[in-house]
Amino acid sequence: MKKQKDLKSKAVQQEQADALHDDSILETDAQGAAVKKKAVSRKDMTMLQWTWREIKRNKIAYVMIAPFMFVFILFTVFPVVLSLALSFTNFNMLEFKSDMFIWFDNYTRLFFQDEIFLLACKNTLIFAAVTGPVSYILSFLVAWFINELSPRIRAIVTLIFYAPSISGAVYLIWGVLFSNDGQGWVNGTLMKMNIISTPILWFYDEQYAMTLCIVVALWMSLGTAFLSFIAGLQTIDKSLFEAAAVDGIKNRWQELWHITLPMMRPQLMFGAVMSITGAFGFGGVVTALCGFPSVNYSCHTIMHCLEDYGNQRWEVGYASAIAFVLFLIMMVANTIVNKMLSKVGQ
Amino acid sequence: MQKMRVRNHQVVLNRSVGGDAGIFTFLIIMGAFMFLPMVYVVMQSLKPLDELWMFPPRFYVVNPTLKNFTDLFSLLSDSWVPFSRYIFNTVFITAAGTFGNLLLSSLAAYAISKIPFPGRKGVFWLIQRSLMFTSTVTAIANFITLSALHLMDNPFAIIIPAWGSSMGLYLMKQFMDSSISDSVLESARLDGCSEFKTFWVIAMPMVKPAWLTLIIYSFQGLWNTGASPYIYSEQLKTLNYAIGQITAGGIARAGASAAGTVIMMLVPILVFVITQSNIIETMASSGMKD
Repeated sequence: MKKQKDLKSKAVQQEQADALHDDSILETDAQGAAVKKKAVSRKDMTMLQWTWREIKRNKIAYVMIAPFMFVFILFTVFPVVLSLALSFTNFNMLEFKSDMFIWFDNYTRLFFQDEIFLLACKNTLIFAAVTGPVSYILSFLVAWFINELSPRIRAIVTLIFYAPSISGAVYLIWGVLFSNDGQGWVNGTLMKMNIISTPILWFYDEQYAMTLCIVVALWMSLGTAFLSFIAGLQTIDKSLFEAAAVDGIKNRWQELWHITLPMMRPQLMFGAVMSITGAFGFGGVVTALCGFPSVNYSCHTIMHCLEDYGNQRWEVGYASAIAFVLFLIMMVANTIVNKMLSKVGQ
Repeated sequence: MQKMRVRNHQVVLNRSVGGDAGIFTFLIIMGAFMFLPMVYVVMQSLKPLDELWMFPPRFYVVNPTLKNFTDLFSLLSDSWVPFSRYIFNTVFITAAGTFGNLLLSSLAAYAISKIPFPGRKGVFWLIQRSLMFTSTVTAIANFITLSALHLMDNPFAIIIPAWGSSMGLYLMKQFMDSSISDSVLESARLDGCSEFKTFWVIAMPMVKPAWLTLIIYSFQGLWNTGASPYIYSEQLKTLNYAIGQITAGGIARAGASAAGTVIMMLVPILVFVITQSNIIETMASSGMKD
């Protein structure tokens, strides 16, 4: 009898204790007893005490995240900090200097003297401003259009659109198609049709290089965002559309605006991050197709500046400044776009 | 009353024939744009020499041959580093990197998703932010870090950073949020399961699609590892690099290089075909909350 009462009171206290946590989680018996002894109430404790108690209670979690966080911080977070620190120096890995700190000299050099960097900034922004939004919209449209196909056909179409983005170096085929001699398929065909008489240099011609690189970038840009959209569309409750039809939604575009997009907001935000990151990060494709540096720097992007100063001239301080500027540009672009997307359908 | 349209025995709401036709046309054109270059690579790899160099060039192949593939292997076996060494390097980097990433990410994802420890919001915030910039930004600083750790010219210079890749963790955590109910874990804990055992025995089997997805992502990234600034010994280079060298060998090797590209692209595509439904299932929970 007494035991039962005891159990009951314990259960009540347990409940109270749980109600206090943000995410309720039951404790094991041993910890439960500890909770009982302290007669917990969050209000009785200072914020610090409460946090400390929670830290001790969940210490296993820190053990679980430690290995990943160690590697993650060492190779992803720390480099950003290190780049920022090095960007104020003229460190170059070849010689050790005592007066390394030059403060903002790297940045003034970047924005006021380095014309190639400014050109690269312009190119990068054009690249990103075209490929980012276009690949994003394309990913969504294709995902939306194939959403109503039967699962088997949808799987095949998904593969066709997704394959270029995972196939590694397969984009080099564009260099073969648009090769700068008569052997290239495009030049050959145009010459046979008597549209041109001499081969066009394509990737080595200022006039076309940028456009072609954008086309190739778009070709391989239906990646993670695309898959996320396909999956997100599948999870929307079908009955919503039926209800909407009753409520007077007349066509698929109204459906899109009033139901699909608002329901998809989390995927849209994730997709935007993927598209923006992708749009800023494909300098390797340009190097492979247009050479390094590209003709008259027509396709020179910030990534190429980075490669130039970091891996070839070993001016690590200056390259770090470039890296940090690139980091800032990507973060700002992501923040702005995510702010905009949080307003979709509202 | 509007006439109801029926497709697959279901009433189709709000769909016009004109719209369907427009969408179909759009998909066909886009599909051709996506698919034809891929077809062209395969065609190139099957063309005999005279067809590779005919003028005007022809898109399709008339007398398909596998000679380009045999050429590729003889070219590769001529190099002073045996071909099998390149394959071994790529497989080793891919396997070790993917395995470590899977293990560390899923442990961390479980803790962030299911244990309410102070600071988890901050940790996850950091991980979400890390998706917003590319490895280009970190490359130079990592060069310094890896030199300081004496990991230069060592496959682990590629493997260890891959363990800390945040994409897999992000997808895994989001998937755990939506697919593992807290009550299941609670009852396991009440039964006296340690947190590690709960993770391994209860949680992990429930998120199979997420780990397949994580494996695919890690695999794709590492399989395509090419020339890396961190590795300069020839005997440590990867398959992608070796095939790139053949392509760089000039026009005489166009066929062999196309054959190499086909081999390199077939692997990730096959892996995706097999795992597609799992990846899509994982992606359903990939969304970001504001």
